Amino acid sequence: MVPLFSAEGLSSLIFIFIVVTTILGAVIATHSERLIRAVTGLAITCIGVAGLYYYLRSPFVALMEMLIYVGAVCVTIVFAIMLADPKPETGAEKGNVLTGPLSFVLGITIFWGLVALAGKTVWMVPVARENNGSLEEVGRALLTNYSMVFELISIVLLVAIIGALVLARQGRTRTGGES
Amino acid sequence: MSIPAFGDSLITYLIIAAMLFAIGFYGLVHRRTLIGMLIAGELILAGASINFMAFNRFLAPDPTVGQIFTLFIMGIAAAEAAIAMSIIIAVYRDFRSIDVEDVADLKG
Repeated sequence: MVPLFSAEGLSSLIFIFIVVTTILGAVIATHSERLIRAVTGLAITCIGVAGLYYYLRSPFVALMEMLIYVGAVCVTIVFAIMLADPKPETGAEKGNVLTGPLSFVLGITIFWGLVALAGKTVWMVPVARENNGSLEEVGRALLTNYSMVFELISIVLLVAIIGALVLARQGRTRTGGES
Repeated sequence: MSIPAFGDSLITYLIIAAMLFAIGFYGLVHRRTLIGMLIAGELILAGASINFMAFNRFLAPDPTVGQIFTLFIMGIAAAEAAIAMSIIIAVYRDFRSIDVEDVADLKG
């Protein structure tokens, strides 16, 4: 417990605000009828997750979360919505039982199971740290221990870009002939 | 007046991550459009990333591993979003809908 009117107390208040932002954004992302609002909820969640990363003492990953998720992934999904023009999910037409109450029960079960498992486990705190986890150490590890993974993910991204272009282009030539 | 310091305990982050994972799973089952399922999948990835970062901060002897893993999860998620967007556009061109109930034929 820390006193409320101090730097730690203020930091705790901001942490609670960030957690509420994250969860509210996630609820908006799964519950809104229009998909564009769901993307906004996803962006709010990602801003909250970036705040959580800041509290986990890695501002670099928080910055990357803002850049990649809010800046790239959300904009990509907005483009997909713009090009595909989905109908709003009103929930008036009946789905099967899996999309209705059973999904809610499944979510609650998974949450309860994970929290019970996390509370029951005895976590082993390390006696010593190898380094302080700063950005300098992350960069050094990325170019020495994990250089192979670093190269592999660049190949994965290249293949993904080419695959996305090929997939989007094939559909265009096929329907382009008809119309 | 005093307030508990939630940001300094591992279990807080684990509960938040479990909540995000559960909401994402619920959305993945509950949504009927492909884009809605993609958004729910991103929520699941965010929950997994928070778990990695929390273990990295509190339990890992080498506190760079979790950060690097989270960065790679972000890269994979960006690639996944790009691929999913082009698949959604291709599906929309063939079926004129992205509702998963309508996209039921194997041969378009």
